[in-house]
This record gives sequence, C-alpha cells and structure tokens, in this order.
Amino acid sequence: MSASTTSAHEFAPAPAVADAPRGTTQSDAAAAPAADREVLLAVENVSLGFGGVKALTDVSFDIRKGEIRAIIGPNGAGKTSMLNCINGFYHPTEGRITFRGETRRKMRPYEAAAGGIARTFQNVALFRGMSTIDNIMAGRSLKMKSNFFWQLLRYGPAMREEVEHRRVVEDIIDFLQIQAIRKTPVGKLPYGLQKRVELGRALAMEPELLLLDEPMAGMNLEEKEDMSRFILDVNQHFGTTIALIEHDMGVVMDLSDRVVVLEYGRKIADGTPAEVKSDQKVIDAYLGVPH
Amino acid sequence: MNALYQIFVEPFVFMGEAPDLLLQTIWEGFVSGILYALIALGFVLIFKASGVFNFAQGIMVVFAALTLVGFHAMGIPAIIALILAIGVMFLLALTVERVVLRPLVNQPDIILFMATFGITYFLIGLGEFIFGGEPKVMIADELYLPRGRTDLDVAGGFVSIQHIDLAAAVIAIVMIAVLGVFFSKTRIGRALRAVADSHKAALSVGISLNQIWVIVWFAAGIVALVTGIMWGARSDVSFALQIIALKALPVLILGGFTSIPGAIVGGLIIGIGEKIGEFYWGPLVGGGIETWLAYVIALLFLMFRPQGLFGEKIIERV
Repeated sequence: MSASTTSAHEFAPAPAVADAPRGTTQSDAAAAPAADREVLLAVENVSLGFGGVKALTDVSFDIRKGEIRAIIGPNGAGKTSMLNCINGFYHPTEGRITFRGETRRKMRPYEAAAGGIARTFQNVALFRGMSTIDNIMAGRSLKMKSNFFWQLLRYGPAMREEVEHRRVVEDIIDFLQIQAIRKTPVGKLPYGLQKRVELGRALAMEPELLLLDEPMAGMNLEEKEDMSRFILDVNQHFGTTIALIEHDMGVVMDLSDRVVVLEYGRKIADGTPAEVKSDQKVIDAYLGVPH
Repeated sequence: MNALYQIFVEPFVFMGEAPDLLLQTIWEGFVSGILYALIALGFVLIFKASGVFNFAQGIMVVFAALTLVGFHAMGIPAIIALILAIGVMFLLALTVERVVLRPLVNQPDIILFMATFGITYFLIGLGEFIFGGEPKVMIADELYLPRGRTDLDVAGGFVSIQHIDLAAAVIAIVMIAVLGVFFSKTRIGRALRAVADSHKAALSVGISLNQIWVIVWFAAGIVALVTGIMWGARSDVSFALQIIALKALPVLILGGFTSIPGAIVGGLIIGIGEKIGEFYWGPLVGGGIETWLAYVIALLFLMFRPQGLFGEKIIERV
C-alpha cells in the first residue's frame, strides 16, 4: 500500500476489498517467496549502547516488501531496542538503517512517521483521556493539511477534510470491529481492546511498514486469534509490510514469512520459521544449554 | 456565644438587609474570578501539553504587558504595538522551546519546573533592564477599552459596574470559548491533547513535540498578554502583578490542573469566595481575609477531592 495514493475507500471492511485490484506490486509480491522480494528496510551492522551496556551488537537483517517479519528472542535480547532504532526513538551508535533506499544518519520519530513507518508499543501507549475515534484520528495527524484557523471556524475546505478523514477512521473502526467503543475514553477499555485501538491508530497512518511490539502480549486465546486475523488481513489486503515481536511461538510460526532471532543483542539466526525452529543455536537460547 | 452569633448569623442578616451590597460584592468577585481564571488558563495550557507547572506564567503576564506599553511609549500606535507584543510572545515561545525545553527533554518534571523558575528570574531581569522597575500605566484608552461606570438600580440600592470590568469579563469568556474549540476540534488541538497523554505515542504518529511546545507556549503567552492588559487596566503594570499569579495555584487545585472548565469554575469560586469572605467576615478578624482564604479553600479541597472539581480521576491499578 502506498501511503500517498491510498484512498479512503480502501479501508472498507476487509472481506469487501479482498478481490479488489490493488495494483500489481502486491500480487507480484505475493507470488514470489519472501526472500526474493524487493528490500524495504535494511539494517546493517547496527550496534546500540547505553553507556557501558550494549543493547545491540552488529545486527544485520532486512525486511522485504509485503512480508511479515518476526523478531524473536528471550527477554532482554534487544528486540524492542531494534524497533526503537527503526522508528527513530533511538539512534544506533554504529551501523546504518536504510528505509526505501534512503539512509539517514539520525532519523527523528516524526520523520519515520512521515516516511511511512507506524508502530504499536509493548505496554500500550494510547492517549488515555481521548476517545477511540480521537485516538485513531490522531493517527491521521500527518495527513491533515488545512490551516488550524479554518478548522477553528469549521470553514468549508477544513470541514470537508475533517469529514474525509473521519470516514477513513470509521472504516478502520469497522475493520477492527470496535464500533461499540467508538466514543469511549480508551483509558476505560479492557487491555485487549486497547491493543486493538492502538493497531487502529497505526493503520490510520496508512503505513508502508508497520512495527508491532508484542501485539498479543497478555491476551487470551480468542483475542489472540482475532489479532492474528487482523494482522494477516492488513498484510494481505493492504499489502502492508509488517515487522512484529512476539513471544507466542505458535503465533510466530503461523503468521510470519521470515524470522530473525536475537539473543543478548546479537543475531543468532535468520530464516523461514521452519529453518529457525530447527536451528541448534535457537533451541539452546530458548531451552538453555547444559554447562 | 456572642462570637458564634457574629460568625454564623450576623453576616447573613446583613446580606439580607442590603442585597445591593451583596450583589456588588458578587460582581466584584466575579470579575476578579474571571481574571484568576485567565491566569489559571495559562498554567493549564502548558501543564496539559507538557506536564510542567510553569512558574513563569505570572512574570509572562507582566512581561507581555510591559512590552505592549513599552512599544507604545516609543511612539508606535497602540494596535501595531499590540501586534508587536504578540510577536514578542511568539519569539519568547520559540526561545523557551529551543533553549530550555529541548535540551531538557525526557528529564523529570521537577527539573523542568525548576527551569521555569529560571525563566521567571531571567524575565524579571530582562524586563527591568529594558523597561525599568517603575510601574507603568496601561494604554487602555488607546486600545479602545471602555472607561466609566454604570449604576444599576437593584433592590432599593444600586450596583455599580465598571465598564472595564465588563469588557474584561466578555473578552475572557470569548477567549476561553475559542481555546475550548481549539482544543477539541482542530488537528493541533488534538495533537496537544495527544502530547499531554503520551509523548512516545504522539511521536510515533508523527506529531512533532517541538512544534507543539512552541504552540502551547505561544498560546500561554497570548493568554498572558490579555491578562496583563486587563489587570493592568484595573491597576498599574508593575512587577507586583506577578504575585497575583500565585492566586492561580488555589484555582488550579480547585479546578484540576488539566481542565479548562475547571480553571474557569475554580477562578470564579476563589474570586467570589474571597470577596464575600473579606466583606462580611473580614471585619471580625481585622481584615486581610482576601490574602489567605483562597489557600484555605484549596487546602480543604486537597483533603476531600485531590484531583479537583474537573480533574481526571486518579485511579491506581494494582
């Protein structure tokens, strides 16, 4: 999905657009195995240190257009640090990150957002005092152009723009099936729904790359199944590239095209779920090795 | 027994006997309440967007008013001086963001709070250096603010209403309404609330913290300018004005630090409460109630409703 050309109507409930022609990139990409597709984001020799602590050491991998890429590893492996580097919260101390062919020394978070990187957080970061609609509308911040003076006066073009964005937001709400909580302040929602709203806010940015930090943490089986379905739908119908961190191995194996495994800030494996699952280093990392 | 009578009966009898005096007292309380509300609004704006209690709001009121008067004293027409003063408040917002807030991003709130002390003393020094320490007269006539008063016949007596007070009330109410719509209906307003709730989430959707901070400090600067004009027109423009800013503290405790309606209602309660307290109960203790009553009311509120009238309810999940 190209961020600039997607119209409001593409965010109709997923099944309705399943067969809609969406340009050629997506169908081509779907046909090719993940490893042969065009590189969307490349991480090269990235290291990240906080004072004496090394969170990441010499990590390299790539994320290709249209794939679901999982980043896994034991606690403290540096997975979230990796995401924070990608969307500009942290700046790698060494190495470089190339997104859409552009390498930037220090990318700021809003530049990442403007470039088409959206994300969710491990411990849900929502605007707690605002309603579901306003939270998702906040995801449209970068797409709204009209002058605040006209917005203040609710004047023609500004009003039309507001309505247009509101329609996209409503489509996302339908897609995620959260119509019932549209006006509820999100601070009052149960955890599972908060995670859904957070996903909605990220989708409202019409991202090219969606980073999900433990989208299913703390959920029960049913909620996990719902969330998995949303992730797959987003990936398949909108062609959004997704990088996700997840601890539930079943989910990771089912959802992802390729998996990168981190341990103590280093990459120890990279490949398809099947390859990674049988990798001795990965098994050792998860189960421990006898000393 | 006599003391109890003096406290609990006599003032109310007096209120009943002279309703015009009561109305006059309430009106005066209402006007100063509105002005307290304006100052509190300046605090709320910055607190909402950055979680910082801006100690410098009081001096910003003085500084804005001095700038306006100062430009006019240089022979610039009043309206242009007003526009220039607004420009200076914008420059101030830019400077504060660039020099104070940006280097201190992600520091604990107390550090930022201390930094606003620094801004306060810097502005006092700068103001005295440029404009001198002596009180100035606000250019109320040149700004077309009305003078004079109207006496209304009420209940066998009269209530006198200063036109400037009426103007202050109207301007304050319009300003509060505009800010209310701004916060709830515009993209920037939404972004402001977003930043107030979560910095990292705001960053992740592409909201620039730096830009938002400039906007809130500018908005607080404009509120300060309006407050300065109104207070200045009622008394003088002097550095003593910043003391009234401390009255905003009890107002905020009453209204809640994050609520615009709270700032208004809190301001009115404090304004009317202290005028009535002073007029009817003041003589019993030799006057001076006005200076401390607000803080006592605030203290009572802290005991029973620490989040204020309209503040977000504090829920601790365990």
